[in-house]
Amino acid sequence: MSATQQAPDSILSDPIYKEILEQLRPHAGADSVFAPDTVITEDLGMDSLAIMDFLFDLEDALDLNIPEHRTAEVRTIRDLVAAIVLLQKES
Amino acid sequence: MAIFDKFQSLTESHDFLKSVGQSPSELQFDEILSPTEAILNGRRTILLGTNNYLGMTFDDACIEKGISALQEQGTGTTGSRIANGSYDGHKALENEIAEFYGMKNAMLFSTGYMANLGAIGTLAGRGDYLLIDADSHASIHDACKLSDAEVIRFRHNDPVNLARKLERLADKPGEKLVVIESIYSMLGDTSPLKEMIAVKKKYGAYLLIDEAHSLGVMGATGRGLCELAGVEDDVDFVTGTFSKSIGTIGGFLVSNVPGLDIVRLASRPYMFTASLPPSVVATAREALSHVPGATVLRAKLWDNATQLYAGLKTAGFDLGPEVSPIVAIRMQDAEKAVALWNGLLEAGVYTNLALPPATPSGWFLLRSSISAAHSSQQIALAVELCTRIGRELGLISCPAQSSAKVEMMNVGSPRKSSKPEAESVSKKDDAAAQA
Ligand SMILES: Cc1ncc(COP(=O)(O)O)c(C=O)c1O
Repeated sequence: MSATQQAPDSILSDPIYKEILEQLRPHAGADSVFAPDTVITEDLGMDSLAIMDFLFDLEDALDLNIPEHRTAEVRTIRDLVAAIVLLQKES
Repeated sequence: MAIFDKFQSLTESHDFLKSVGQSPSELQFDEILSPTEAILNGRRTILLGTNNYLGMTFDDACIEKGISALQEQGTGTTGSRIANGSYDGHKALENEIAEFYGMKNAMLFSTGYMANLGAIGTLAGRGDYLLIDADSHASIHDACKLSDAEVIRFRHNDPVNLARKLERLADKPGEKLVVIESIYSMLGDTSPLKEMIAVKKKYGAYLLIDEAHSLGVMGATGRGLCELAGVEDDVDFVTGTFSKSIGTIGGFLVSNVPGLDIVRLASRPYMFTASLPPSVVATAREALSHVPGATVLRAKLWDNATQLYAGLKTAGFDLGPEVSPIVAIRMQDAEKAVALWNGLLEAGVYTNLALPPATPSGWFLLRSSISAAHSSQQIALAVELCTRIGRELGLISCPAQSSAKVEMMNVGSPRKSSKPEAESVSKKDDAAAQA
């Protein structure tokens, strides 16, 4: 949650943010717009199955396990970046 | 009203189902005639979605055993075994199920759902890891919620993906418990068990397999997929249910891992709910005793499954990847799926309608489960009706055929043409199936 204090500009160049966008694109609705505060479910029109598939792809891309409960509180792309940063630190 | 507001989308989809036909969750049978037939809305209906794989629900010996237990020991135990003690039948059934699987220990639960909650939720605790298949049954997902372990999903039936996840955990302390199912309940596909076992052995993980849909169904003596694959010694825990091939209700956990009994004192779904009533225990014991020798029933079950799968495949339906006693038609169009299910009901065939997100890959599924008690005539009629209705709905493009010859004759003639094709088998059954 501390990531919310980060300035939006700095997250845009974060490699994790970039990787997330890369992996999100194939799963998101066609006319989706991506920004740090995009809500992954509603704004991108992704249902629970699409999210699961996206997370599998993201795990492969980052070579990281993303346990279920670690994404429970994630709403926006920014939240997800913060969760991933924490997981990478722990692993 | 406010407390129900969060169910808005559920309400909407339920209202949609009711606006176009029957609601699957509100169906009520007027009368159950046999393992394969019931009266529904005043109509004689073939039951093709009841998981009654061996047709055990009307077995005379099972019914007799149930009745005597009711008379001798009463209607219920009125409490859990931890608080109120066990009846002799509980222990006897545990011994018999352990012996059946050739395992040292067994524990009974009140349902298969609770067996998964009570086994998975307890075996993996804080600091441990649960690795579950992406297509896991709801009871496995709910077990994960009950557990304090970290839950990591792997791609469905993908040992390579599982291995990658275990590799990342290799240096972490804590036990790793991999959870899979023998036959997956929506599409009827089976687990690549040998590959899964190679992975779990490589990384020193435990393996729990839910044999809910394979007990009595697979393996020379009906022990399930592990028996069929010849890997029983490499499986640490097996859960299962009496609600399908055993024809009653109840769940179990069996294992060779020493010290299983301590789970009884730690598993809340075991401790805090009433134990199985004596009549159910007696029925399950009798049914279980039939399973090893039920080779004729098993052969008939697989013949029926093959007949249904082949019939629907030939008609052009998109089915699950392999023949199994669960045969699912995969559809992408919600309205057509609902219409097919309703059309079959009106024509006298009961199947299951499964909708996303409960289904793999967001499919709309017409799920059927086959019984050894079905006659091949019942299966043939179900295929004909599915084919006719599927054609009317445009779910399958080519006219139904009983042979390649019929298909050839139909080439070029307009679909649903008014010109009768009297020689086609499907026409005859169309008439017979008129709703
Ligand atoms: C794979 C699987 N596990 C467990 C269960 C739960 O079984 P029960 O009906 O005994 O609660 C089911 C049945 O719905 C199932 O399909």
